[in-house]
Amino acid sequence: MSLLDGLVTEASAITEDEMIINIGPQHPSTHGVLHLKVKLQGETILDVEPHLGYIHRSIEKMCEASSYRNFIYLTSRMDYLSAHMNNQACSMAVEMGLQVEVPQRAKVIRILMSELTRLASHTLWWGAMGLDLGAITPFFIGFRDREEIMDIFEETCGARLTMNYNVPGGVMIDLHSNFQKRVKTFLDNFKKHLPEYDELLTGNIIFQNRTKGVGFLSTADAISFGCSGPVARGSGVSCDVRKWYPYDGYEAVEFNECIETSGDCYARYMVRMKEMVESAKILEHWIDQIPEGDFQAKTKNVIKLPKGEFYSRVETARGELGVYIISDGTANPYRIKFRSPNFSNLSALKQMAVGGKIGDLVAIMATLDLVIPDLDR
Amino acid sequence: MTTEELKTFISQKIPEAVFEETQFLNVIIDATHLRNLALALHDDASTDFDYLFCLSGVDWKDFFYVVYHLTSRNHKHTVVLKSKITDRINPEIETVSDLWKTAEFHEREVFDLFGIKFINHPDLRRLFLDDSWGFPLRKDYKDDVTIVSL
Repeated sequence: MSLLDGLVTEASAITEDEMIINIGPQHPSTHGVLHLKVKLQGETILDVEPHLGYIHRSIEKMCEASSYRNFIYLTSRMDYLSAHMNNQACSMAVEMGLQVEVPQRAKVIRILMSELTRLASHTLWWGAMGLDLGAITPFFIGFRDREEIMDIFEETCGARLTMNYNVPGGVMIDLHSNFQKRVKTFLDNFKKHLPEYDELLTGNIIFQNRTKGVGFLSTADAISFGCSGPVARGSGVSCDVRKWYPYDGYEAVEFNECIETSGDCYARYMVRMKEMVESAKILEHWIDQIPEGDFQAKTKNVIKLPKGEFYSRVETARGELGVYIISDGTANPYRIKFRSPNFSNLSALKQMAVGGKIGDLVAIMATLDLVIPDLDR
Repeated sequence: MTTEELKTFISQKIPEAVFEETQFLNVIIDATHLRNLALALHDDASTDFDYLFCLSGVDWKDFFYVVYHLTSRNHKHTVVLKSKITDRINPEIETVSDLWKTAEFHEREVFDLFGIKFINHPDLRRLFLDDSWGFPLRKDYKDDVTIVSL
């Protein structure tokens, strides 16, 4: 009965020349099970309303029943394209509670893997962005480079996507003996391939027309909506966690925070393109000077955190991930909150899309780079 | 502002505020004071908390906390507001979604998972779950599937 009531009000809320279109939950441009209810007048967007929950698993509740070792692995299933960084944020929060010093070697391994993950995520995003805007070739080009990184992951920790490589105190196993050689080969190839990226999309006039001036987000709005990562940096907000709150030795590396000021889809695209170059720079910096020593600090088998609260954050490929642990002194977390970057970024979608055309919505969604399991958790 | 200056600033507004120092400065206040304090912290040029980076609910069995992690991008200081709601039957708190737009989504999430109502919220509906569902992040929530209860 209540369902019918809802339908009647909806129908009467729109005028004759308006219509409501449902995009998703199964739609290629949403990159997952996200449902957008779009109110249109002709082709112009009057309202966008995201409906979430299609892949909600209540990871936060499941964490409350897991130990401090186990809950880390659940987080690989949030933003699966930044699985390593999610694990890293959780490990850092637990280490903060235990007051364990992570060995230098483990820190460098974490950075190397993080930047590889970022590259893998951005190459996938680049390919998918092309696909969304009607160019099919970028998808194959992007996957060609991503595949190489996936192979390195597989050799290092046995998994290609949900890596589960971080443990409290360091990383699970030492690097594979081929690691340095393969990363160097990858970097050589990647640098050779980068001009192709620009040729196919960046300099493409059709692509530029579809992204320049589309989906504008002002600096003030980006801050108010709590945006982070490339979405905020595309609007001129400096927010790179690696610069603001350096962790695991990012303070020792020289790299630039990529900021664009025009706030449109093209700006967000350019931020990610430049970030790929910076990630390659960080990799080059560390790959020849991985310190010798332990890859893991000694921790107890059953971890009990002292009573208190611990908040750690990392820069994932999508922005700032915060892990907020509340401990009551037992072996299970009392409460865990994940501040996921996508969740805040999505809240700005309406601001970007209203007033634009429905075709622009696809471009905006592509530059938001949403991963739906991270939204729903 | 330093931590001490922040404490003085907040004490002037809300004399009964309790402070706790962890990695951030935690301020424990009653839910009825939250709106006033949030307004002051957001609008005053010397505090200028413009970035709400995390909003979470916590169930402490006797009461709820709604926790606001705020930071100022200009002054580079951070504060954590914990507003205490003692009414478990009809928990209510005023919205801050007009100060920080991101709160609109985050408050809907807290409403969905804890059942805490946000007064004057522009669009308070459940975000993930069906209307008939309970409030899963409450500690007294019983689920039929044993996957989360040990």
